[in-house]
Amino acid sequence: MTTAAARGDGRAAFAYLLPTGLILLGLMGYPLYQLIMISLFDYGQEQVSGGAPLEFLGLGHYTQQLTDPKFWTVFGQTVGFAGVCVLGTLVFGAALAVLATRVRPWARNTLFLAAMSAWSTPAVAGSTIWLFLFDTNFGFVNEVLGIQGFSWTFDRWLAFGLVAAQVIWCSFPFVMVTLYAGIKAIPGEVIEAAALDGAGAIRTARSVILPLLRPLLIVVTIQSVIWDFKVFTQIYIMTGGGGIAGRNLVLNVYAYQQAFAASDYGLGATIGVVMTVLLLIITLGYLRALRRTGEPL
Amino acid sequence: MKGRAVAETVTVLIAAVVAFPLYWMLLTAVKPEAEVITANPRPWTLSPSLDSFVRTLTVQNFGRYFLNSLFVALVVVVLSLLVAFLAATALTRFRFRGRTTLLVMLLVVQMVPVEALTIPLFFMMKSVRDVAPAFGLNHLGSLVLVHLAFSLPFAIWMLRGFVAAVPVELEEAATLDGASRFRFLWQILFPLVAPGLVATSVLSFIHAWNDFLFAKTFIISAAENQTLPLALQVFVKPDQNDWGAIMAGSTLMTIPVLIFFILVQRRLVAGLAGAVKA
Repeated sequence: MTTAAARGDGRAAFAYLLPTGLILLGLMGYPLYQLIMISLFDYGQEQVSGGAPLEFLGLGHYTQQLTDPKFWTVFGQTVGFAGVCVLGTLVFGAALAVLATRVRPWARNTLFLAAMSAWSTPAVAGSTIWLFLFDTNFGFVNEVLGIQGFSWTFDRWLAFGLVAAQVIWCSFPFVMVTLYAGIKAIPGEVIEAAALDGAGAIRTARSVILPLLRPLLIVVTIQSVIWDFKVFTQIYIMTGGGGIAGRNLVLNVYAYQQAFAASDYGLGATIGVVMTVLLLIITLGYLRALRRTGEPL
Repeated sequence: MKGRAVAETVTVLIAAVVAFPLYWMLLTAVKPEAEVITANPRPWTLSPSLDSFVRTLTVQNFGRYFLNSLFVALVVVVLSLLVAFLAATALTRFRFRGRTTLLVMLLVVQMVPVEALTIPLFFMMKSVRDVAPAFGLNHLGSLVLVHLAFSLPFAIWMLRGFVAAVPVELEEAATLDGASRFRFLWQILFPLVAPGLVATSVLSFIHAWNDFLFAKTFIISAAENQTLPLALQVFVKPDQNDWGAIMAGSTLMTIPVLIFFILVQRRLVAGLAGAVKA
């Protein structure tokens, strides 16, 4: 390639990327910068309306949060909730992917169609449907179990469990379909060779299939971690904005409530920054794992 | 094959459980009200009616919210396709410095918790309202802007593979035939990546269509500009829930996505798993 052509390429590339660059800088880059700025100030309703001067706090919000037991409770709940969701999604998705390889196409297609319907249900609609299924007075689940009048969202851990079940319901299909495709991509000869060498089903699964699926497993795991760490809609709708007295808060909802319900935008932004940093760390791990699988960018 | 019969029975049972919530939604939507608000709901109905749909569309003005959601999602789809197509072409067809860095940044940007950005974006849209009301708070334009930005990185990422699959020789042949770069781009490459454009637009559509958080944050006092997810929340009143209408509304919200999803499911899976050719 000549230098002139390369320069032409560079110019054209710049022109083609300009709209994307402007949009992302304006609507993601700048807000991200603003988020950090807001977190450094005492920024509440009075400051917004101009009734009080802006006060620079520096890292004040951060030290306040990191020494606040409430923050650590919410943090722990976020990690625990995401952990349960990730584990449930992976186990359920992987088990069904294996099951799908053992049945004839009609049964597999039935399962995939059902999974697609769960996957595609908008989070708002899905949360509402689950709420109704588990409704205290009119819910079908209580009717079947014969416990009319029982509230599934009153107890803190039961409420978390219900939301987690809903999240797993709509996120396991991604894992199942991806892993199914991965298993299918393993050449039959490899498994036959293992069988010829005298490996049993469990040995084959552990020593042949699992290592081959490793890259895929890493991707679905980290994707799930990132998604489940950020769950907002389900918690917000199913627990009515974070549960009774905020018992069911996770970081995302906590940040939102601090900002828009308590009008403490500075504090909300601080929690937002903490979340962003945590996800950035997870993402860097993701990129490293991806590079190790040898996928060229 | 006794083992297979057992496996198939289990598979179908699980499929039934997984699909049950959606079945319950549809069923409740067509049940007469007396069969919905009861302590002994039955998993079937002998007298289906469309009353709940009528209530949803007339009393609750759901048609309006449906159109609002549709408007936002379609504008986002068209704009993000055009912008993402250009970017994907640049990232696959041209060699230039910083290309790999840009690709990594695209991946990183997808992980930013957009929920955290509601706070600065809220104030931004508040200022925008003073300059260009149609793109500020309480107007659908504000939703178009943020969803355009949030769906772009993934759209570019996904389109990249489809653009790369078009042979470079084709471009050389077109250039030899005297086609300008512009003509090649829009008259040859654009139609060729149509399957990728379809898959990408479906994802952008769903992304904008499903949004609850930004609609809730930006459309604060303009009821006429609400979108579906928020309208659905309006029904949920603590004391007396009209579950029939809520489920009818959920159905109206879910059906378009369901249809799109089934149409592109194979490409969708390929696109999502694209980053990991095992």
